[in-house]
Amino acid sequence: MSIISGKDLRKHYIAGETRVEALKGLNFTLEAGDFAAFVGPSGSGKTTLLSLIGCLDKPTGGLLEVCGIDVGKLDRKAGARFRGEHIGFVFQDFNLIPVLTVYENIEYPLMIVNPLPEDERKKRIMALLEEVGMTDQSHKYPDQLSGGQKQRAAVARALVTRPKLVLADEPTANLDHKTAYMILELMKKMRAETGTTFIFSTHDQKIIGEAERIFTLEDGELAGTSRTGGNANA
Amino acid sequence: MLKIFKMAVRNTHRYARRSLLIVSLIAVGVVFVQVYMAATNSYKNLIISQITDSMLGHIQVHKKGYLVSVENVPLNMNLTAEQTARAEAILKANPMVESYSTRIKLGGMISNFAETTNIRLAAIDPEEEFKTVPLLPSRVLEGTSSLKPGEALVPELLAKGMKLKTGDTVVLVATNKDGSVNGKQFTVGGIIETAPGPGGRDGYILLADAMELLRMDPPEVSEIAVRLKDFGKLEPAFNALMKAFMQEKTKDGKPVFEIHTWEKLSPFSAIAKMINMMTLMVKIMLVAIVLIGIMNVMIMSVYERTREIGTIAAIGTQPNTILAMFMAEGLCLGAAGVIAGNILSVAVIYGVRLMHVTFAFGMREGFVLTPAVNPVDFSIISAIVLAVAVFGSLQPAWKASRLEPVKALKSI
Repeated sequence: MSIISGKDLRKHYIAGETRVEALKGLNFTLEAGDFAAFVGPSGSGKTTLLSLIGCLDKPTGGLLEVCGIDVGKLDRKAGARFRGEHIGFVFQDFNLIPVLTVYENIEYPLMIVNPLPEDERKKRIMALLEEVGMTDQSHKYPDQLSGGQKQRAAVARALVTRPKLVLADEPTANLDHKTAYMILELMKKMRAETGTTFIFSTHDQKIIGEAERIFTLEDGELAGTSRTGGNANA
Repeated sequence: MLKIFKMAVRNTHRYARRSLLIVSLIAVGVVFVQVYMAATNSYKNLIISQITDSMLGHIQVHKKGYLVSVENVPLNMNLTAEQTARAEAILKANPMVESYSTRIKLGGMISNFAETTNIRLAAIDPEEEFKTVPLLPSRVLEGTSSLKPGEALVPELLAKGMKLKTGDTVVLVATNKDGSVNGKQFTVGGIIETAPGPGGRDGYILLADAMELLRMDPPEVSEIAVRLKDFGKLEPAFNALMKAFMQEKTKDGKPVFEIHTWEKLSPFSAIAKMINMMTLMVKIMLVAIVLIGIMNVMIMSVYERTREIGTIAAIGTQPNTILAMFMAEGLCLGAAGVIAGNILSVAVIYGVRLMHVTFAFGMREGFVLTPAVNPVDFSIISAIVLAVAVFGSLQPAWKASRLEPVKALKSI
């Protein structure tokens, strides 16, 4: 079943007097439960595409359906609601909220965005902390954590609302090899357990090697797609 | 909402130095305003009580048109016995009235047989008068305030000029409303302190003596001074009395009486108004301090946390929630400033009381400034600061809530 569908998807920016064509009519689909990567050099449009899928930005042409919704038509409030209900984000720089502990960072979406009763919230967070191996670090603030720990906390935060889709923008870029593999393993495990669709934008070969589907972008166009065995189901 | 405030408090701690600075600034502003208000209120209340309790009373009732000619103390504008009785009935019927005193005001001459000069006199019934203006006896510098028939209380400055002392004999001469000049011999029963304001340089004699001096029969009254049970209820009491007195009409349908509060009768009300105006200016300065301070801090905060705003927006936080987060932060800063400022204000106000600061008013010195913590003033100032803190954070909070997540996330 298709979870994301892009038809003639276009995005352009106006930079000063120059019109920059970031995406030039992409056609693609992603299935529920995919472990997919958008790859390509810097400026190829990976992050722009991820921003459109994540409703952080709007396409300037074509159609983009995420979870059956034409996300180009969502206004600011509806977009925020859609993100809160359906999408989890993992950022290159982790982007944890510095004034909240690990526990509170993971709790945030269930407190502010999609409120749940406290006992259910706690149960879900403790289970996720266990899954990402951060139970002992739950009381710590982000500045007391290593890069790998921060990213594990960020993954837990992305998954706590049980989203249909997790978007990860260069999630291993700021991590060393060992930690990067650990994070990937964690994501694979979570995908296997929850069936959540994981989409990465990356030029990290480790992720490319683990992805089941690879979409190669070049200069705003889809240069190729491939379906690999990856190690995602391993 | 609790979580939002928890985050707001932590964010204020995050920029501890900046938060401390703005909280200190607000606290100093609050202290300045609270202490200023407490001190000026103390000054104002002391002076008002001096004026009302030693001369004017809280309210005065006259025959319609008397006040316009008050400087001439016109005897042809007196209330008749019947009108006085009607006025007294109205005053007795009002439960807010503590007491009243009927007076005959007259102008005349005083002579010590060597020299003669002008004098203004208030003829009173001491019992009624001392109930209505209870500080009057304390103004008697020499002799006794209990006037006896044939005695006069002579104003201090006049006594000094004429070298009069208690027990001396003087002659008071006055022209009655028919135009005949009459004189009567009096004994100086006491020297009365001069006070600023209308009636502050008046001498006092008994009503019966004044009637004899003026050959007044039947008795008439120039004014009725009224004391209220609660000065704080001046306005409702005045309105109730005004309504009752205005129902009293002459045959041609015009009001018989006119009624005024002390404010209309004393020039100090202008000073009191000026003090109120200055208090308003001080409050405006506080508002400016809080507004600019909070706005500055919150603008900086939004600027520095743009990426964080992008993150919370990306994970689904509604724009209104982001708005609330930043407004809560401004409110927390304002609340911290208010709490610190109010605590310091109480300390400073009690400190000033302990210092026994004195001041002079008119000829009289040694008034002790006794500022007091007024819960109403504290509540009003606190509410103003909190409201301004919220208002000051509104624009930065609005900006934060309107940030495009995709642009905010790219912010460094």
